[in-house]
Amino acid sequence: MIVAQHLTKTFGHLVAVDDVTVSVSNGEIFGLIGANGAGKSTLVKIFATLLTPTSGTASVAGFDTMRQSAEVRRHIGYVPQLLSADGDLTGRENMLLSARLYATRGGERKRRIDEALSAMGLAEAQDRLVKTYSGGMIRRLEIAQAMLHRPQVLFMDEPTVGLDPLARDAVWEHVRMLRQSFGMTMIVTTHYLEEADLLCDRIAIMQRGRFVAVGSPQELKSSVGPTATLDDVLVHLIGQTHEQEGGYGDVRRERHSAIAHG
Amino acid sequence: MAMSDASATAPSPTARTPRIEIISAYAIQMWAVAGAEITKLRHDPVELVSRAIQPVLWLVLFGQVMGRVRGMNTGGLSYEDFLAPGILAQSVLFAAIFYGISAIWERDLGILQRYLVSPAPRSALIIGKAISSAVRGLVQGFIVYLIALALGTDISVEPRHILGAAVFIALGSGLFSTFSLIIACLVRTRERFMGVGQFLTMPIFFASNAIYPIDLMPRWLQVISHGNPLTYQVDALRTLMLRGAESSIGLSIDFLVLMGIAVCLIALAARLYPRMGT
Repeated sequence: MIVAQHLTKTFGHLVAVDDVTVSVSNGEIFGLIGANGAGKSTLVKIFATLLTPTSGTASVAGFDTMRQSAEVRRHIGYVPQLLSADGDLTGRENMLLSARLYATRGGERKRRIDEALSAMGLAEAQDRLVKTYSGGMIRRLEIAQAMLHRPQVLFMDEPTVGLDPLARDAVWEHVRMLRQSFGMTMIVTTHYLEEADLLCDRIAIMQRGRFVAVGSPQELKSSVGPTATLDDVLVHLIGQTHEQEGGYGDVRRERHSAIAHG
Repeated sequence: MAMSDASATAPSPTARTPRIEIISAYAIQMWAVAGAEITKLRHDPVELVSRAIQPVLWLVLFGQVMGRVRGMNTGGLSYEDFLAPGILAQSVLFAAIFYGISAIWERDLGILQRYLVSPAPRSALIIGKAISSAVRGLVQGFIVYLIALALGTDISVEPRHILGAAVFIALGSGLFSTFSLIIACLVRTRERFMGVGQFLTMPIFFASNAIYPIDLMPRWLQVISHGNPLTYQVDALRTLMLRGAESSIGLSIDFLVLMGIAVCLIALAARLYPRMGT
């Protein structure tokens, strides 16, 4: 469903993604974990056609992300790390905007919007302005928006950052239900290790743009020790230094989105 | 949870998709952006109304004083009449030229990314933005019409004239908002945009026929003002808005020039806009 070959992306001297080769199969939930600045978001943006790689190739749903970007866009949903719902519109108006961007027509449009809103537990709040929503509700709305056109692949960049534990649980619960109903492939970045452990079929640990380990949570943990947690895996693989990665820009972005999500 | 139909995806236009399907999909995608912006205006119209204050000041203070200077050849119009279409165009210009700032704002949030990961053609997004600016321009034009009427300006209320003026207001507003969007794509931060925006409005405004006739300008400025789209917009508005005014350029030339520039700007913006998402 997703294939990357020797994918590299540089910004000036910074190598954000460094020679990544990976293949994600149909229906899989694939987690990207790593510190801020490890290259998770950049990698997702390349798959979502927002960035073009410096070298290497990527294909999503059988289409090349550079040569067939329009086809790729038709088949994917993307929930950015930043706040992407419009606070000055109601929940339903936001859904309408998304449905129209995908050229979904009249009756079908209404049906899908109703369905997605109730699936995400937002039917009652649909006519309120989004700026009155809680952080968790906004995230669920954004996921609902990204799902409207029934994508084959859903990318979620830090879907639970800045949310309190209860709201995080609610988001994941809805994501799991989505997967049950649609069986879509998902790529999720997160730095909440427990979440990755529970949710993902496979995980890639990223550091300085490279995959330092790929495997199921169980494989990764047992490679370190019988009682190891993902935390231990991370410490084992990249040491304590990962705390210091990510510059001012990352912190600012992070805080910004955390604040924006309330 | 009656979610069904897992395999269905958005219709993808292939070689066999009828043209009408492609066109209607394009129209829906254009309307996605325009409709959302217009909905926001409906939710909060305060900004639109507050923008009506500046034209009042120009027409009442500037117009009344300058109207006493009899030395200007305004083609048989009183200065107050001459000024009204110029101020209409100005108020539309000033609103449109800062339009790009909202695009930067949308980039700083994640709203722009949401547009860019959708299959909507980039030109549909840009035209959608231009349409929403045109709608703002029309509301503003309506307000300036009311003000001008209240001040006793000799306005033509013939429907075809009003309709014609609406076309030029929408066209000018869409054109300058797209120009603003291009600037936003180039400068990329709000701070820089504010500086550049201030710097651009004055030359566009003064190097035009908005508040004085072009004949009054030194030769070099006349040349510049003939390359300025605002000149063509004001010429058309003056012809259509006032009773007994004559175009010094010709309405069809005004229209073709504005349309031509708008098309070029939209094409350029459609190329630059995706780069903003990175």
